Amino acid sequence: MSIIKVENLVKKFGDFTAVNNISFEVKKGEVFGFLGPNGAGKSTTINMLSTLLEPTEGTAMINGFSTVSERDDVRKSVGLVFQDPSLDDKLTAEENLRFHAKLYHVPAQAYQHRMKEVLQLVDLWDRKDDQIRAFSGGMKRRLEIARGLIHYPVILFLDEPTIGLDPQTRAHLWDYILKLKREKQMTIFMTTHYMNEAEFCDRIAIIDHGQIVTLDTPENLKKGVGGNIITMQSRDKRGLKVELEKMGHSKIKDENDSLEIEVEDGASMLPKLLREVRTPIDTVGLRKPTLDDVFLHLTGRKIREENASGKDIMRQHMRMRRG
Amino acid sequence: MQFFGATFTICHRELIRYWRDKVRILTTLIQPLMFLAIFGSGLKQTLAQGNFGVDFIQFMYPGIIAMNVMGVAFFSTVTTVWDREFGFLREMMVAPISRSSIAFGKTLGATVIASSQALILLVLAPFIGVKLDIITLPLLFLFMFLVALAISGMGLFISSMMRTMESFGLLMQILIFPMFFLSGAFFPLTSVPTWMSVIAKLNPLSYGVDAMRQILLGGQIPDQILAKFTINTIPVNGLFLLVFGLVAVSAAVVVFNKRG
Repeated sequence: MSIIKVENLVKKFGDFTAVNNISFEVKKGEVFGFLGPNGAGKSTTINMLSTLLEPTEGTAMINGFSTVSERDDVRKSVGLVFQDPSLDDKLTAEENLRFHAKLYHVPAQAYQHRMKEVLQLVDLWDRKDDQIRAFSGGMKRRLEIARGLIHYPVILFLDEPTIGLDPQTRAHLWDYILKLKREKQMTIFMTTHYMNEAEFCDRIAIIDHGQIVTLDTPENLKKGVGGNIITMQSRDKRGLKVELEKMGHSKIKDENDSLEIEVEDGASMLPKLLREVRTPIDTVGLRKPTLDDVFLHLTGRKIREENASGKDIMRQHMRMRRG
Repeated sequence: MQFFGATFTICHRELIRYWRDKVRILTTLIQPLMFLAIFGSGLKQTLAQGNFGVDFIQFMYPGIIAMNVMGVAFFSTVTTVWDREFGFLREMMVAPISRSSIAFGKTLGATVIASSQALILLVLAPFIGVKLDIITLPLLFLFMFLVALAISGMGLFISSMMRTMESFGLLMQILIFPMFFLSGAFFPLTSVPTWMSVIAKLNPLSYGVDAMRQILLGGQIPDQILAKFTINTIPVNGLFLLVFGLVAVSAAVVVFNKRG
């Protein structure tokens, strides 16, 4: 059963097309990732799905409700964790939850039980009476997730949930997200531009310039790249490339200081290559393709931090300052 | 019913935030005291030469209360700009509630805060020789509430259009001082140049000051002296404030619905 159904969704801002005719479906209990560089249209899509933006064309159905004509039903069906923090730091953790629960019409008699349940889920039960301003970035994020769950949504939207967090906190946060899937069979729709995080998803849509480039499981996407990646470093990188091309290798990517060759079966290809290549080689490596390679393979570009726009960098600084 | 529930929840949050911010409570209380002490004592000597017919501090006292209501009401609506900057506005915007209930909740919060805080200033009355009459207190509070409503509506209207704290702060400065000085709090508006009385007629605060002065000083100073300062009757003042308040709040709701 599809819990999210998107058909030919388009969003234009003036002449700029942020989301260009995308269609996809998300099944119940699935962790669905939207992967792409900054400015690819991820947040615009999430804003349309959560009724904050009206689509220019196309439709999106959430839990069987239209995001345009049945707005309040959609809002009750989704839990949202925004890219930017959205807690009231003068209120305690519990008060933030209570405020949310009231606005989402959680019955008063159910509140105490649910509040305890969601706070325990994110390990913040013992901090419930503390004001948010004393919380770390990771704690705030966890509380936002708890808040997004207290009205028992059927889908949780996470917009770049780990942005601005340090790697350790990030990994920790993922434990909580996967726990949600495991214990609550929660459907999770998330956006990210971190390739390694997309690996946790059941299925991924890679989005670039407002369009879905591909949509599949991480395994299948990686299989699509080919068997393995051989990396080679050489003082004569150009010569090596020419020689490899003569040998019939066409999928060669020129990285900063090395060449990356996509091959079917790396383990048997590597010795053969080393025997035959005349150009001196300094180092050689063999690895499985990552989602980075998938993105590179499909778009010819890398998703990297340096793609972050000025605004994103500023946002990250703001986040750090606010702690 | 859901509409009132959401309005009340949003108002309740404003009250919690206000109550947590002890510095804000204290500074907004000290400000009127400074005005009374400095202007009151300073101008008293100058005015003693004229035949003002009333103790100047007593004359100023109702105006200071009204000014406190205005300042607190304005300042309380700044939370809208604050919420926008710190992301909390989004949390309210995606909730399954109407935007109007957000605007009403915010206005109500600021109104309650401003009118309640002004009550504290009544403690000063005995020290400056103004006798408080229990019977007039509800009427006095009604006017505090009406002034607070008018100013909160105005404040929300402005803050819905402001994108940063800085621009809101600047605009407040430009508005607050003329509104305060042309409110009749410092000098009677009965014999001022025409341009000034025209501005004063548009200024909601002047209606509040006019009414509160009649309520607080009525029966305590000679009627003919009080009449010299008075512009409108109490019901007329009340009506103006009510209409102004309703228009301001409606405008705020409209702008808020549009721009968020």
